[in-house]
Amino acid sequence: MKTPTLDQNIVLVIDKKGKDTIKTTKLDKTLKIIGLIFVYAFLLIVAFFALLPFYWMILTSLKYQDIGHFTVDNKFYIPFNEIAWSNYIKVFQVDGFDIPSLLVNTLTVVGISTIGTFFITVFASFAFTRLQFKGRDAVFMLFLITMMIPSELFVTSNFITMYRLNLLNGRWQIYFATMAPFLVNVFYIYLLNQTFKQIPNELYLAARVDGKNDWQYLWKVMVPIASPTLITIVLLKVISGWNAYAWPKTVVMGDATYAQITVALRDFADFSIGIGSSSRDLVTLQMAGTVIVTLPLIILFLVFRKYIMRGVGRAGIKG
Amino acid sequence: MENKNNFKGWIYLMPAIILIALFTLYPLINTFLISFLQDYKYATGSSSGFTFDNYAVLLGIKEFPDYLTGKGQIDAFFQYALPNTLLITFITVPISIVLALIIAVALNSIKKLRTLFQTIFFTPYVTNIIAVGMVFGVLFSQTGLINEILGTSISFIPNQGSEAPTYFHAMLVLCIEIIWYELPFKILVFIGGLQSIDRQYYDAARIDATPKIKRFLHITVPFLSPQILYVSITSFIDGFKEYQAIAGLFNSRGTTSLNYNLYTCVYFIYDQIQTGGQNINYACAAAVILFVIILLFTLLQLYVSKKRVYY
Repeated sequence: MKTPTLDQNIVLVIDKKGKDTIKTTKLDKTLKIIGLIFVYAFLLIVAFFALLPFYWMILTSLKYQDIGHFTVDNKFYIPFNEIAWSNYIKVFQVDGFDIPSLLVNTLTVVGISTIGTFFITVFASFAFTRLQFKGRDAVFMLFLITMMIPSELFVTSNFITMYRLNLLNGRWQIYFATMAPFLVNVFYIYLLNQTFKQIPNELYLAARVDGKNDWQYLWKVMVPIASPTLITIVLLKVISGWNAYAWPKTVVMGDATYAQITVALRDFADFSIGIGSSSRDLVTLQMAGTVIVTLPLIILFLVFRKYIMRGVGRAGIKG
Repeated sequence: MENKNNFKGWIYLMPAIILIALFTLYPLINTFLISFLQDYKYATGSSSGFTFDNYAVLLGIKEFPDYLTGKGQIDAFFQYALPNTLLITFITVPISIVLALIIAVALNSIKKLRTLFQTIFFTPYVTNIIAVGMVFGVLFSQTGLINEILGTSISFIPNQGSEAPTYFHAMLVLCIEIIWYELPFKILVFIGGLQSIDRQYYDAARIDATPKIKRFLHITVPFLSPQILYVSITSFIDGFKEYQAIAGLFNSRGTTSLNYNLYTCVYFIYDQIQTGGQNINYACAAAVILFVIILLFTLLQLYVSKKRVYY
């Protein structure tokens, strides 16, 4: 299919007194509309597949599970009076899934590590972009190189370190072991460097004239100017902290007491009923647990959509 | 003044430097060293000396010593983990890149509802892969939605109460899940790249009556080549490191039956630690092997891209 071109149109104008020009532009328009319909249809299909797991998760969490056969129907809707709200009460009684204490663990670790990462990143970026000192560029190169190394190369040794330092027992020890290896994120430092670099030098000189020292300049001028980037960094850190699984699972060594909620959801929560080979998973409760774990982040994402997408798009940070 | 700043600079950098030294640089050296130790015991740090055997056993050249336990797990590295890692990577990465490219181009060609679609497509990114895996487990269960739509009762997920799935079916769901999860990031990067392409190239092509497919191949793809290279490098790295998708989907069971046949390299490493760590030196060697594979593959891509990427 060839689209009508400019020169063809001109020829048509001369030959047929403009009659067909209208026809061709009309044809052109219909083709365009058909094309657009295809594009929208395609995007709708993609959107359907993107949302299906979320919809199915919420829907399943609100269905009744047949206790005899343990099956759940595959209907796409639930009549309002058949919604099993009670699943969200029952899920609080699931073995190994003590939601309040898991939330305490997760919020403490995510909270402290986010604050820690915030200050470490701000200080490092301030040193890299505003202060002149020997070896600065060499250190930054070293930081960048560590970014290229897959973190799987560290986990075995970090596990041994934590074990030797006796950090795999007790509440605060495990919290510390969970967050310590991931407090520094070179991606975030790099991202903040880019923003800090754009702040004109004149501001610094003006602040010096006003009698502000470096510390005051950092907090009164640079941090407020860079606040959009800092919000992005905080959000990305919260997301990655909340979703972390492999390392947090490793440090709790099979004990759910001080585990993160994501780890407990997969490995410690016992959604099954019955014993041995006759035991079956209560899928509805399992999905209720999944909703509780995923919903906070989806809400966070919808509220701060712009900051998160811009940050990920700009620096290409993978979660 | 110079001196003062010198001192101050290091003070501001101190937290980051200490943490990187402790949890990145030291482990790097330590992992490398341990990977060459025989009979290493992590609790005491004792070993019976230097050896290449850990690598030889992992790469299937040598037999795992009989006096140690956990032979099945170790043998699974060469038999299952390495092939699976390569298989998953080479299936999911190309498919997800092409899909993301098509979706990004479609998204870029519309004006109305673009933000809404973009938001919808990005939502999987903020979701936990563990939770995603559990939902896919429900969707693909023997009595689940997918089987009902297909009119079959295929077992995809190793689970209580259902028959063991075949390797093929388990892998199929795993790849679908990974592609679904990996798309948002790629779409976002491609959209950013597409928006920076100057419209005048397309206008020129339109005047020349260049067909759409040619416009895509000769304008869009070359101009997007830096983003494609970037996404390709990062997603190959992620592919080689696949682990959490499997844990989420298969209930932390790296197998369809009892033989670790759904292991990947990273799954192998974590499982070594999490099941007691008595063969942690093998896990270290596996990490070094994985690192070398990733490094070689990244360098290869950079080399190939020299001729094909236009900045």
